[in-house]
Amino acid sequence: MKIAIASGKGGTGKTTLSTNLASYIAESRDCVLADLDVEEPNSGLFIKGELIHVEDKFKMIPEWNRETCELCGNCQKVCNFNAVLKMGKMIMVFPELCHGCYACSELCPTGSLPMKFKKMGELKSYRTGNLHFIESRLIIGEEQAVPLIKQTIDYVNENFDMEMIKIYDSPPGTSCPVIEATKDADLVILVTEPTPFGLHDLKLAVETVKQLGKPFVVVINRHGIGNDGVERYCKEDDIEIIARVPNDRLIAETYARGDLLYPVIPSVKEAVKVISGYIESFKRGEK
Amino acid sequence: MKEIVVISGKGGTGKTSITASFAHIAGEEIIVADCDVDAADMHLLMGPDFGQSEDFYSGELAYIDQDACIKCGKCQEVCRFDAIPIIDGQYIVDPLECEGCGYCARICPTEAITNSEQNVGKWLLSGIRTGASMVHARLNIGAENSGKLVAKVKNEAKAIAEEKNKRAVLVDGSPGIGCPVVSSLSGAAFTVLVTEPTVSGLHDLKRVYTLVKKFGIKAGCIINKADLNETVLGDTKIFLSEEDIVLLAEIPYNDKFTEAMTNGKTVVEWDTELGKIVSGSWEKIKEIVKL
Repeated sequence: MKIAIASGKGGTGKTTLSTNLASYIAESRDCVLADLDVEEPNSGLFIKGELIHVEDKFKMIPEWNRETCELCGNCQKVCNFNAVLKMGKMIMVFPELCHGCYACSELCPTGSLPMKFKKMGELKSYRTGNLHFIESRLIIGEEQAVPLIKQTIDYVNENFDMEMIKIYDSPPGTSCPVIEATKDADLVILVTEPTPFGLHDLKLAVETVKQLGKPFVVVINRHGIGNDGVERYCKEDDIEIIARVPNDRLIAETYARGDLLYPVIPSVKEAVKVISGYIESFKRGEK
Repeated sequence: MKEIVVISGKGGTGKTSITASFAHIAGEEIIVADCDVDAADMHLLMGPDFGQSEDFYSGELAYIDQDACIKCGKCQEVCRFDAIPIIDGQYIVDPLECEGCGYCARICPTEAITNSEQNVGKWLLSGIRTGASMVHARLNIGAENSGKLVAKVKNEAKAIAEEKNKRAVLVDGSPGIGCPVVSSLSGAAFTVLVTEPTVSGLHDLKRVYTLVKKFGIKAGCIINKADLNETVLGDTKIFLSEEDIVLLAEIPYNDKFTEAMTNGKTVVEWDTELGKIVSGSWEKIKEIVKL
Protein backbone atom coordinates (compact mmCIF):
# COMPACT_ATOMS: atom_id res chain seq x y z
CA MET A 1 0.00 0.00 0.00
CA LYS A 2 1.79 3.10 -1.24
CA ILE A 3 0.70 6.64 -0.46
CA ALA A 4 2.42 9.51 -2.28
CA ILE A 5 2.31 12.90 -0.58
CA ALA A 6 2.65 15.46 -3.35
CA SER A 7 1.90 19.06 -4.30
CA GLY A 8 2.51 21.30 -7.27
CA LYS A 9 3.77 24.21 -5.22
CA GLY A 10 6.77 23.83 -2.96
CA GLY A 11 6.61 24.59 0.74
CA THR A 12 2.97 23.64 1.27
CA GLY A 13 3.77 21.01 3.90
CA LYS A 14 4.53 17.72 2.12
CA THR A 15 7.40 16.86 4.42
CA THR A 16 5.49 17.99 7.51
CA LEU A 17 2.56 15.77 6.62
CA SER A 18 4.73 12.81 5.55
CA THR A 19 6.85 12.75 8.71
CA ASN A 20 3.96 13.32 11.11
CA LEU A 21 1.66 10.85 9.39
CA ALA A 22 4.31 8.13 9.17
CA SER A 23 5.38 8.59 12.79
CA TYR A 24 1.76 8.52 13.94
CA ILE A 25 0.99 5.34 11.98
CA ALA A 26 4.19 3.74 13.31
CA GLU A 27 2.86 4.11 16.87
CA SER A 28 0.60 1.15 16.18
CA ARG A 29 2.12 -0.79 13.26
CA ASP A 30 5.02 -1.05 10.82
CA CYS A 31 5.26 1.84 8.40
CA VAL A 32 7.78 2.91 5.76
CA LEU A 33 8.60 6.54 5.04
CA ALA A 34 10.63 7.17 1.88
CA ASP A 35 11.96 10.64 1.11
CA LEU A 36 11.84 10.86 -2.69
CA ASP A 37 12.63 14.57 -2.81
CA VAL A 38 16.21 13.57 -3.55
CA GLU A 39 17.27 17.08 -4.57
CA GLU A 40 16.36 18.59 -1.22
CA PRO A 41 15.58 15.75 1.18
CA ASN A 42 14.23 17.12 4.47
CA SER A 43 12.29 14.30 6.14
CA GLY A 44 15.45 13.15 7.89
CA LEU A 45 15.58 16.41 9.83
CA PHE A 46 12.41 15.34 11.66
CA ILE A 47 13.01 11.60 12.03
CA LYS A 48 15.73 10.46 14.37
CA GLY A 49 16.43 6.79 13.95
CA GLU A 50 19.19 4.23 14.06
CA LEU A 51 21.15 3.96 10.81
CA ILE A 52 20.66 0.40 9.53
CA HIS A 53 22.07 0.46 6.05
CA VAL A 54 23.90 2.74 3.60
CA GLU A 55 24.49 2.15 -0.08
CA ASP A 56 25.87 4.18 -2.95
CA LYS A 57 23.58 4.61 -5.93
CA PHE A 58 25.02 4.64 -9.41
CA LYS A 59 24.10 5.55 -12.90
CA MET A 60 25.82 4.09 -15.93
CA ILE A 61 27.83 6.32 -18.23
CA PRO A 62 30.21 5.52 -21.08
CA GLU A 63 33.96 5.86 -20.71
CA TRP A 64 36.16 6.37 -23.74
CA ASN A 65 38.92 3.91 -24.50
CA ARG A 66 41.32 5.73 -26.78
CA GLU A 67 43.43 2.61 -27.44
CA THR A 68 40.73 0.81 -29.41
CA CYS A 69 38.75 3.81 -30.77
CA GLU A 70 38.89 4.34 -34.53
CA LEU A 71 37.31 7.80 -34.29
CA CYS A 72 34.43 6.92 -36.62
CA GLY A 73 32.16 9.37 -34.81
CA ASN A 74 29.19 7.01 -34.64
CA CYS A 75 28.83 7.63 -30.89
CA GLN A 76 28.25 11.34 -31.43
CA LYS A 77 25.78 10.56 -34.20
CA VAL A 78 23.64 8.23 -32.08
CA CYS A 79 23.56 10.37 -28.91
CA ASN A 80 20.36 12.38 -28.75
CA PHE A 81 21.52 14.32 -25.68
CA ASN A 82 24.79 15.83 -26.96
CA ALA A 83 26.53 13.93 -24.19
CA VAL A 84 29.21 12.46 -26.48
CA LEU A 85 31.24 14.72 -28.73
CA LYS A 86 34.05 14.00 -31.16
CA MET A 87 36.54 16.81 -31.00
CA GLY A 88 39.51 16.32 -33.27
CA LYS A 89 41.15 13.11 -32.14
CA MET A 90 39.25 13.00 -28.88
CA ILE A 91 35.90 11.64 -27.80
CA MET A 92 34.49 13.65 -24.92
CA VAL A 93 31.76 12.36 -22.63
CA PHE A 94 29.65 14.81 -20.61
CA PRO A 95 28.32 12.68 -17.74
CA GLU A 96 25.79 15.24 -16.51
CA LEU A 97 24.06 15.22 -19.90
CA CYS A 98 24.10 11.43 -20.29
CA HIS A 99 20.80 9.61 -19.80
CA GLY A 100 22.43 6.18 -19.71
CA CYS A 101 20.67 4.80 -22.79
CA TYR A 102 23.71 2.69 -23.82
CA ALA A 103 23.28 3.56 -27.52
CA CYS A 104 26.79 4.97 -28.01
CA SER A 105 28.32 2.12 -26.08
CA GLU A 106 26.51 -0.81 -27.68
CA LEU A 107 26.52 0.64 -31.19
CA CYS A 108 30.25 1.41 -31.12
CA PRO A 109 31.84 -0.88 -33.75
CA THR A 110 35.01 -1.35 -31.69
CA GLY A 111 33.46 -1.43 -28.22
CA SER A 112 35.45 1.62 -27.21
CA LEU A 113 32.83 3.17 -24.95
CA PRO A 114 32.21 0.61 -22.21
CA MET A 115 29.60 1.64 -19.64
CA LYS A 116 31.00 2.39 -16.18
CA PHE A 117 29.39 3.05 -12.83
CA LYS A 118 29.17 6.67 -11.73
CA LYS A 119 27.94 7.53 -8.25
CA MET A 120 24.91 9.82 -8.35
CA GLY A 121 23.77 9.62 -4.76
CA GLU A 122 23.45 7.71 -1.54
CA LEU A 123 20.61 5.77 0.02
CA LYS A 124 20.30 5.42 3.77
CA SER A 125 17.91 3.30 5.74
CA TYR A 126 17.02 4.09 9.35
CA ARG A 127 14.84 2.44 11.94
CA THR A 128 13.05 3.86 14.94
CA GLY A 129 10.43 1.65 16.58
CA ASN A 130 8.02 0.52 13.86
CA LEU A 131 9.13 3.23 11.48
CA HIS A 132 11.45 2.35 8.60
CA PHE A 133 12.85 5.52 7.11
CA ILE A 134 14.58 5.53 3.72
CA GLU A 135 16.32 8.60 2.40
CA SER A 136 18.18 9.18 -0.85
CA ARG A 137 20.33 12.20 -1.57
CA LEU A 138 21.39 13.35 -5.00
CA ILE A 139 25.02 14.47 -5.26
CA ILE A 140 25.09 18.23 -5.82
CA GLY A 141 25.90 18.91 -9.45
CA GLU A 142 24.02 15.82 -10.69
CA GLU A 143 21.13 17.14 -12.73
CA GLN A 144 18.86 14.15 -13.06
CA ALA A 145 16.79 13.16 -10.08
CA VAL A 146 14.64 10.54 -11.81
CA PRO A 147 17.10 7.60 -11.87
CA LEU A 148 17.75 7.98 -8.14
CA ILE A 149 14.02 8.22 -7.34
CA LYS A 150 13.45 5.06 -9.37
CA GLN A 151 16.18 3.14 -7.56
CA THR A 152 14.87 4.29 -4.19
CA ILE A 153 11.38 3.01 -4.97
CA ASP A 154 12.92 -0.27 -6.16
CA TYR A 155 14.76 -0.55 -2.84
CA VAL A 156 11.53 -0.02 -0.89
CA ASN A 157 9.66 -2.58 -3.00
CA GLU A 158 12.40 -5.17 -2.59
CA ASN A 159 12.85 -4.76 1.14
CA PHE A 160 9.38 -4.28 2.54
CA ASP A 161 6.20 -6.26 2.52
CA MET A 162 3.57 -5.30 -0.08
CA GLU A 163 0.90 -4.84 2.57
CA MET A 164 2.88 -2.44 4.73
CA ILE A 165 1.85 1.22 4.54
CA LYS A 166 4.48 3.18 2.69
CA ILE A 167 4.51 6.97 2.67
CA TYR A 168 6.37 8.64 -0.21
CA ASP A 169 7.45 12.23 0.45
CA SER A 170 7.49 13.39 -3.17
CA PRO A 171 9.35 16.22 -4.93
CA PRO A 172 7.43 19.40 -5.85
CA GLY A 173 6.29 20.36 -9.34
CA THR A 174 4.56 18.50 -12.15
CA SER A 175 7.44 17.32 -14.32
CA CYS A 176 9.44 14.11 -14.51
CA PRO A 177 10.61 13.79 -10.86
CA VAL A 178 7.10 13.94 -9.40
CA ILE A 179 5.73 11.58 -12.07
CA GLU A 180 8.41 9.07 -11.13
CA ALA A 181 7.54 9.39 -7.44
CA THR A 182 3.76 9.09 -7.81
CA LYS A 183 3.21 6.67 -10.68
CA ASP A 184 3.83 3.68 -8.45
CA ALA A 185 1.43 4.88 -5.71
CA ASP A 186 -2.00 3.46 -4.86
CA LEU A 187 -3.25 6.79 -3.52
CA VAL A 188 -1.98 10.35 -3.88
CA ILE A 189 -2.53 12.95 -1.16
CA LEU A 190 -2.13 16.47 -2.53
CA VAL A 191 -1.13 19.06 0.05
CA THR A 192 -2.04 22.63 -0.76
CA GLU A 193 -2.55 25.99 0.88
CA PRO A 194 -5.66 28.15 0.39
CA THR A 195 -3.95 30.91 -1.60
CA PRO A 196 -3.90 31.84 -5.30
CA PHE A 197 -0.45 30.23 -5.70
CA GLY A 198 -1.66 27.15 -3.86
CA LEU A 199 -4.79 26.90 -6.03
CA HIS A 200 -2.94 27.46 -9.29
CA ASP A 201 -0.42 24.73 -8.53
CA LEU A 202 -3.06 22.39 -7.07
CA LYS A 203 -4.87 22.47 -10.42
CA LEU A 204 -1.65 21.45 -12.17
CA ALA A 205 -1.07 18.68 -9.64
CA VAL A 206 -4.65 17.43 -10.12
CA GLU A 207 -4.12 17.33 -13.89
CA THR A 208 -0.94 15.35 -13.32
CA VAL A 209 -2.47 12.68 -11.09
CA LYS A 210 -5.52 12.45 -13.35
CA GLN A 211 -3.24 11.76 -16.28
CA LEU A 212 -1.61 8.99 -14.26
CA GLY A 213 -5.06 7.66 -13.43
CA LYS A 214 -4.41 7.71 -9.69
CA PRO A 215 -7.06 8.14 -7.01
CA PHE A 216 -6.31 11.30 -5.06
CA VAL A 217 -7.56 13.47 -2.20
CA VAL A 218 -6.59 16.89 -0.88
CA VAL A 219 -5.29 18.12 2.46
CA ILE A 220 -5.40 21.88 3.06
CA ASN A 221 -2.54 23.26 5.10
CA ARG A 222 -2.49 26.75 6.68
CA HIS A 223 -6.28 26.65 6.66
CA GLY A 224 -7.78 30.03 7.54
CA ILE A 225 -5.27 32.12 5.60
CA GLY A 226 -5.85 33.34 2.04
CA ASN A 227 -9.29 32.83 0.54
CA ASP A 228 -11.87 30.16 -0.26
CA GLY A 229 -10.63 29.54 -3.83
CA VAL A 230 -9.28 26.06 -3.10
CA GLU A 231 -12.45 25.01 -1.25
CA ARG A 232 -14.66 26.19 -4.12
CA TYR A 233 -12.50 24.52 -6.75
CA CYS A 234 -12.55 21.19 -4.89
CA LYS A 235 -16.32 21.39 -4.45
CA GLU A 236 -16.96 22.18 -8.10
CA ASP A 237 -14.65 19.43 -9.32
CA ASP A 238 -15.87 16.93 -6.77
CA ILE A 239 -12.49 16.54 -5.11
CA GLU A 240 -12.53 15.28 -1.55
CA ILE A 241 -10.76 17.38 1.07
CA ILE A 242 -9.95 14.89 3.84
CA ALA A 243 -8.33 17.23 6.37
CA ARG A 244 -7.53 20.84 7.14
CA VAL A 245 -4.53 21.91 9.23
CA PRO A 246 -4.96 25.41 10.67
CA ASN A 247 -2.65 28.35 9.97
CA ASP A 248 -0.84 28.68 13.26
CA ARG A 249 2.42 30.39 14.13
CA LEU A 250 3.07 27.75 16.77
CA ILE A 251 3.12 25.11 14.00
CA ALA A 252 5.65 27.16 12.04
CA GLU A 253 7.82 27.56 15.14
CA THR A 254 7.71 23.86 16.02
CA TYR A 255 8.54 22.95 12.42
CA ALA A 256 11.38 25.50 12.42
CA ARG A 257 13.04 23.61 15.30
CA GLY A 258 12.80 20.30 13.46
CA ASP A 259 10.27 18.80 15.86
CA LEU A 260 7.30 16.62 14.97
CA LEU A 261 4.04 18.49 15.36
CA TYR A 262 1.38 15.98 16.33
CA PRO A 263 2.78 15.08 19.77
CA VAL A 264 2.46 18.71 20.87
CA ILE A 265 -0.23 20.31 18.69
CA PRO A 266 -3.74 18.82 19.11
CA SER A 267 -5.09 20.16 15.77
CA VAL A 268 -2.29 18.37 13.90
CA LYS A 269 -2.84 15.17 15.88
CA GLU A 270 -6.52 15.29 14.94
CA ALA A 271 -5.59 15.80 11.26
CA VAL A 272 -3.11 12.91 11.07
CA LYS A 273 -5.63 10.69 12.86
CA VAL A 274 -8.27 11.49 10.26
CA ILE A 275 -5.82 10.99 7.36
CA SER A 276 -4.56 7.72 8.78
CA GLY A 277 -8.18 6.61 9.20
CA TYR A 278 -8.84 7.50 5.58
CA ILE A 279 -5.82 5.44 4.47
CA GLU A 280 -7.08 2.47 6.51
CA SER A 281 -10.52 2.55 4.92
CA PHE A 282 -8.97 3.09 1.48
CA LYS A 283 -6.86 0.01 2.12
CA ARG A 284 -9.95 -1.99 3.03
CA GLY A 285 -11.47 -0.89 -0.26
CA GLU A 286 -14.17 1.25 1.33
CA LYS A 287 -13.15 4.41 -0.51
CA MET B 1 23.13 43.58 -19.29
CA LYS B 2 23.08 41.51 -16.10
CA GLU B 3 21.09 38.55 -14.91
CA ILE B 4 19.88 38.51 -11.34
CA VAL B 5 18.54 35.10 -10.37
CA VAL B 6 16.36 34.50 -7.32
CA ILE B 7 16.39 30.93 -6.00
CA SER B 8 15.57 29.19 -2.75
CA GLY B 9 16.30 25.47 -2.72
CA LYS B 10 13.31 24.93 -0.45
CA GLY B 11 9.82 25.83 -1.66
CA GLY B 12 7.48 28.16 0.17
CA THR B 13 10.11 30.56 1.48
CA GLY B 14 8.59 33.53 -0.37
CA LYS B 15 10.86 33.47 -3.42
CA THR B 16 8.18 34.37 -5.94
CA SER B 17 6.56 37.02 -3.71
CA ILE B 18 9.94 38.71 -3.29
CA THR B 19 10.88 38.46 -6.98
CA ALA B 20 7.52 39.97 -7.93
CA SER B 21 8.17 42.80 -5.47
CA PHE B 22 11.54 43.48 -7.09
CA ALA B 23 9.83 43.52 -10.48
CA HIS B 24 7.34 46.03 -9.15
CA ILE B 25 10.04 48.33 -7.76
CA ALA B 26 12.25 48.11 -10.85
CA GLY B 27 9.36 48.77 -13.24
CA GLU B 28 10.44 49.32 -16.82
CA GLU B 29 14.16 49.20 -15.96
CA ILE B 30 14.27 45.44 -16.31
CA ILE B 31 12.95 42.41 -18.17
CA VAL B 32 11.30 39.74 -16.03
CA ALA B 33 11.78 36.01 -16.64
CA ASP B 34 9.82 33.36 -14.74
CA CYS B 35 12.05 30.30 -14.92
CA ASP B 36 10.03 28.29 -12.40
CA VAL B 37 8.37 26.71 -15.44
CA ASP B 38 7.20 23.64 -13.57
CA ALA B 39 4.82 25.49 -11.27
CA ALA B 40 4.91 29.03 -12.59
CA ASP B 41 3.07 31.40 -10.25
CA MET B 42 4.68 34.78 -10.74
CA HIS B 43 2.27 35.85 -13.47
CA LEU B 44 -0.54 35.77 -10.90
CA LEU B 45 0.92 38.93 -9.37
CA MET B 46 2.10 40.63 -12.55
CA GLY B 47 -1.08 41.07 -14.57
CA PRO B 48 0.34 39.72 -17.84
CA ASP B 49 -1.45 40.37 -21.16
CA PHE B 50 -0.33 37.00 -22.64
CA GLY B 51 0.55 38.98 -25.76
CA GLN B 52 2.51 36.32 -27.60
CA SER B 53 2.83 32.63 -27.14
CA GLU B 54 4.75 29.95 -28.98
CA ASP B 55 4.85 26.17 -28.66
CA PHE B 56 8.12 24.76 -27.47
CA TYR B 57 9.46 21.53 -28.91
CA SER B 58 12.26 19.62 -27.31
CA GLY B 59 13.33 16.03 -27.03
CA GLU B 60 11.94 13.09 -28.91
CA LEU B 61 9.37 10.37 -28.43
CA ALA B 62 9.43 7.00 -30.16
CA TYR B 63 6.44 5.65 -32.07
CA ILE B 64 6.05 2.10 -33.36
CA ASP B 65 4.21 1.50 -36.62
CA GLN B 66 2.30 -1.71 -35.88
CA ASP B 67 1.96 -2.61 -39.57
CA ALA B 68 5.73 -2.61 -40.04
CA CYS B 69 6.53 -4.25 -36.69
CA ILE B 70 7.59 -7.92 -36.90
CA LYS B 71 7.53 -8.31 -33.09
CA CYS B 72 11.18 -9.31 -32.84
CA GLY B 73 11.40 -7.60 -29.44
CA LYS B 74 14.80 -5.98 -30.09
CA CYS B 75 13.48 -2.53 -29.15
CA GLN B 76 12.29 -3.77 -25.78
CA GLU B 77 15.62 -5.50 -25.22
CA VAL B 78 17.72 -2.36 -25.71
CA CYS B 79 15.41 0.08 -23.94
CA ARG B 80 16.96 0.98 -20.57
CA PHE B 81 13.87 2.87 -19.49
CA ASP B 82 11.36 -0.01 -19.64
CA ALA B 83 9.38 2.19 -22.00
CA ILE B 84 8.26 -0.51 -24.44
CA PRO B 85 5.77 -2.87 -22.77
CA ILE B 86 3.73 -5.45 -24.66
CA ILE B 87 0.06 -4.50 -24.57
CA ASP B 88 -2.47 -6.82 -26.20
CA GLY B 89 0.32 -8.57 -28.08
CA GLN B 90 1.76 -5.33 -29.46
CA TYR B 91 4.96 -3.50 -28.62
CA ILE B 92 3.80 -0.03 -27.51
CA VAL B 93 5.84 3.00 -26.42
CA ASP B 94 4.86 4.38 -23.02
CA PRO B 95 5.19 8.14 -23.52
CA LEU B 96 5.78 8.84 -19.82
CA GLU B 97 8.71 6.44 -19.68
CA CYS B 98 10.32 7.13 -23.07
CA GLU B 99 13.42 9.31 -22.70
CA GLY B 100 13.67 9.91 -26.44
CA CYS B 101 17.15 8.42 -26.77
CA GLY B 102 16.26 6.99 -30.18
CA TYR B 103 18.17 3.74 -29.58
CA CYS B 104 15.15 1.56 -30.42
CA ALA B 105 14.65 3.27 -33.78
CA ARG B 106 18.31 2.78 -34.67
CA ILE B 107 18.28 -0.98 -34.16
CA CYS B 108 14.77 -1.81 -35.45
CA PRO B 109 15.35 -4.20 -38.39
CA THR B 110 12.21 -3.09 -40.25
CA GLU B 111 12.50 0.62 -39.50
CA ALA B 112 9.10 0.48 -37.85
CA ILE B 113 10.07 3.02 -35.21
CA THR B 114 10.14 6.74 -35.82
CA ASN B 115 11.00 9.56 -33.46
CA SER B 116 9.11 12.81 -33.38
CA GLU B 117 9.90 16.05 -31.61
CA GLN B 118 7.82 16.57 -28.52
CA ASN B 119 5.71 19.58 -27.75
CA VAL B 120 6.73 20.00 -24.10
CA GLY B 121 4.95 23.26 -23.41
CA LYS B 122 4.89 26.84 -24.52
CA TRP B 123 6.67 30.06 -23.73
CA LEU B 124 4.95 33.42 -23.55
CA LEU B 125 5.90 37.05 -23.90
CA SER B 126 3.65 39.40 -21.95
CA GLY B 127 3.43 43.05 -21.18
CA ILE B 128 2.87 43.31 -17.42
CA ARG B 129 1.29 45.95 -15.23
CA THR B 130 4.64 47.42 -14.18
CA GLY B 131 5.18 48.47 -17.80
CA ALA B 132 7.93 45.89 -18.29
CA SER B 133 8.00 42.81 -20.49
CA MET B 134 7.91 39.37 -18.95
CA VAL B 135 8.90 36.05 -20.49
CA HIS B 136 7.24 33.07 -18.88
CA ALA B 137 6.32 29.52 -19.76
CA ARG B 138 4.06 26.61 -19.15
CA LEU B 139 5.56 23.13 -19.12
CA ASN B 140 3.17 20.37 -20.11
CA ILE B 141 2.20 17.90 -17.42
CA GLY B 142 4.89 15.30 -16.85
CA ALA B 143 7.09 16.77 -19.54
CA GLU B 144 10.82 16.22 -19.69
CA ASN B 145 13.36 18.83 -20.60
CA SER B 146 12.22 21.53 -18.23
CA GLY B 147 15.86 22.63 -18.17
CA LYS B 148 15.69 23.37 -21.88
CA LEU B 149 12.48 25.37 -21.49
CA VAL B 150 14.15 27.35 -18.71
CA ALA B 151 17.06 28.07 -21.05
CA LYS B 152 14.61 29.18 -23.73
CA VAL B 153 12.81 31.57 -21.36
CA LYS B 154 16.10 33.06 -20.24
CA ASN B 155 17.50 33.44 -23.72
CA GLU B 156 14.35 35.14 -24.97
CA ALA B 157 14.40 37.50 -21.98
CA LYS B 158 18.07 38.30 -22.61
CA ALA B 159 17.44 38.97 -26.30
CA ILE B 160 14.62 41.39 -25.44
CA ALA B 161 16.77 43.10 -22.82
CA GLU B 162 19.54 43.62 -25.39
CA GLU B 163 17.11 44.87 -27.99
CA LYS B 164 15.36 47.30 -25.64
CA ASN B 165 18.61 48.33 -24.02
CA LYS B 166 17.59 47.24 -20.53
CA ARG B 167 20.23 46.85 -17.88
CA ALA B 168 19.02 43.67 -16.23
CA VAL B 169 16.99 40.50 -16.46
CA LEU B 170 15.30 39.50 -13.20
CA VAL B 171 14.85 35.74 -13.02
CA ASP B 172 12.49 33.82 -10.74
CA GLY B 173 14.39 30.54 -10.52
CA SER B 174 13.23 26.98 -9.89
CA PRO B 175 13.33 24.98 -6.66
CA GLY B 176 15.68 22.08 -5.99
CA ILE B 177 19.22 21.50 -7.30
CA GLY B 178 18.48 19.60 -10.54
CA CYS B 179 18.50 20.50 -14.23
CA PRO B 180 16.03 23.45 -14.15
CA VAL B 181 18.05 25.19 -11.41
CA VAL B 182 21.33 24.54 -13.18
CA SER B 183 19.74 26.08 -16.27
CA SER B 184 18.42 29.06 -14.26
CA LEU B 185 21.85 29.76 -12.78
CA SER B 186 24.02 29.57 -15.87
CA GLY B 187 25.22 33.01 -16.87
CA ALA B 188 23.93 34.79 -13.75
CA ALA B 189 25.74 37.87 -12.46
CA PHE B 190 24.21 37.63 -9.00
CA THR B 191 22.09 35.13 -7.10
CA VAL B 192 19.56 36.07 -4.45
CA LEU B 193 18.97 33.18 -2.05
CA VAL B 194 15.64 33.37 -0.25
CA THR B 195 15.60 31.29 2.91
CA GLU B 196 13.79 30.90 6.24
CA PRO B 197 15.26 30.08 9.66
CA THR B 198 13.87 26.56 9.87
CA VAL B 199 15.99 23.41 9.94
CA SER B 200 14.73 22.57 6.45
CA GLY B 201 15.34 26.10 5.17
CA LEU B 202 18.96 26.10 6.34
CA HIS B 203 19.57 22.55 5.09
CA ASP B 204 18.30 23.41 1.61
CA LEU B 205 20.13 26.75 1.56
CA LYS B 206 23.42 24.98 2.16
CA ARG B 207 22.76 22.46 -0.62
CA VAL B 208 21.69 24.99 -3.20
CA TYR B 209 24.56 27.31 -2.30
CA THR B 210 27.04 24.50 -2.97
CA LEU B 211 25.64 24.51 -6.49
CA VAL B 212 25.87 28.32 -6.78
CA LYS B 213 29.49 28.12 -5.65
CA LYS B 214 30.29 25.61 -8.39
CA PHE B 215 29.22 28.26 -10.87
CA GLY B 216 31.31 30.87 -9.06
CA ILE B 217 28.37 33.29 -8.82
CA LYS B 218 28.30 35.99 -6.15
CA ALA B 219 25.33 35.64 -3.81
CA GLY B 220 23.20 37.56 -1.37
CA CYS B 221 20.59 36.20 0.99
CA ILE B 222 17.18 37.31 2.20
CA ILE B 223 16.03 35.65 5.40
CA ASN B 224 12.24 35.59 5.35
CA LYS B 225 10.16 34.77 8.46
CA ALA B 226 13.35 35.77 10.31
CA ASP B 227 11.79 35.73 13.80
CA LEU B 228 10.56 32.12 13.61
CA ASN B 229 13.54 30.63 15.39
CA GLU B 230 16.42 32.50 16.97
CA THR B 231 18.82 29.57 17.06
CA VAL B 232 18.41 28.65 13.40
CA LEU B 233 18.54 32.35 12.50
CA GLY B 234 21.89 32.54 14.27
CA ASP B 235 23.15 29.42 12.48
CA THR B 236 22.00 30.83 9.16
CA LYS B 237 23.89 34.07 9.74
CA ILE B 238 27.04 32.18 10.72
CA PHE B 239 26.78 30.19 7.49
CA LEU B 240 26.33 33.39 5.46
CA SER B 241 29.36 35.08 6.96
CA GLU B 242 31.52 31.96 6.59
CA GLU B 243 30.62 31.75 2.94
CA ASP B 244 30.90 35.48 2.34
CA ILE B 245 27.25 35.77 1.31
CA VAL B 246 25.80 39.26 1.70
CA LEU B 247 22.84 39.43 4.10
CA LEU B 248 20.41 41.55 2.11
CA ALA B 249 17.45 41.65 4.48
CA GLU B 250 15.68 40.03 7.39
CA ILE B 251 11.93 40.02 6.95
CA PRO B 252 9.72 39.17 9.95
CA TYR B 253 7.14 36.37 9.84
CA ASN B 254 4.00 38.08 8.64
CA ASP B 255 0.72 36.85 7.17
CA LYS B 256 0.59 40.06 5.12
CA PHE B 257 2.72 38.27 2.49
CA THR B 258 -0.18 35.89 1.93
CA GLU B 259 -2.74 38.68 2.18
CA ALA B 260 -0.99 40.63 -0.58
CA MET B 261 -0.81 37.54 -2.79
CA THR B 262 -4.47 36.74 -2.17
CA ASN B 263 -5.29 40.20 -3.45
CA GLY B 264 -3.08 39.78 -6.51
CA LYS B 265 -0.59 42.35 -5.23
CA THR B 266 3.09 42.33 -4.45
CA VAL B 267 4.03 42.87 -0.84
CA VAL B 268 5.60 46.29 -1.57
CA GLU B 269 2.20 47.50 -2.73
CA TRP B 270 0.40 46.01 0.25
CA ASP B 271 2.36 46.85 3.38
CA THR B 272 4.58 49.88 3.94
CA GLU B 273 6.78 48.31 6.64
CA LEU B 274 7.48 45.09 4.74
CA GLY B 275 7.73 47.13 1.55
CA LYS B 276 10.55 49.20 3.01
CA ILE B 277 12.56 46.11 3.91
CA VAL B 278 12.13 44.55 0.48
CA SER B 279 12.94 47.83 -1.31
CA GLY B 280 16.04 48.17 0.85
CA SER B 281 17.28 44.77 -0.27
CA TRP B 282 16.68 45.64 -3.94
CA GLU B 283 18.74 48.82 -3.49
CA LYS B 284 21.57 46.74 -2.03
CA ILE B 285 21.42 44.33 -4.97
CA LYS B 286 21.56 47.23 -7.43
CA GLU B 287 24.60 48.58 -5.66
CA ILE B 288 26.38 45.22 -5.65
CA VAL B 289 25.79 44.43 -9.32
CA LYS B 290 26.27 48.11 -10.27
CA LEU B 291 22.95 48.52 -12.03
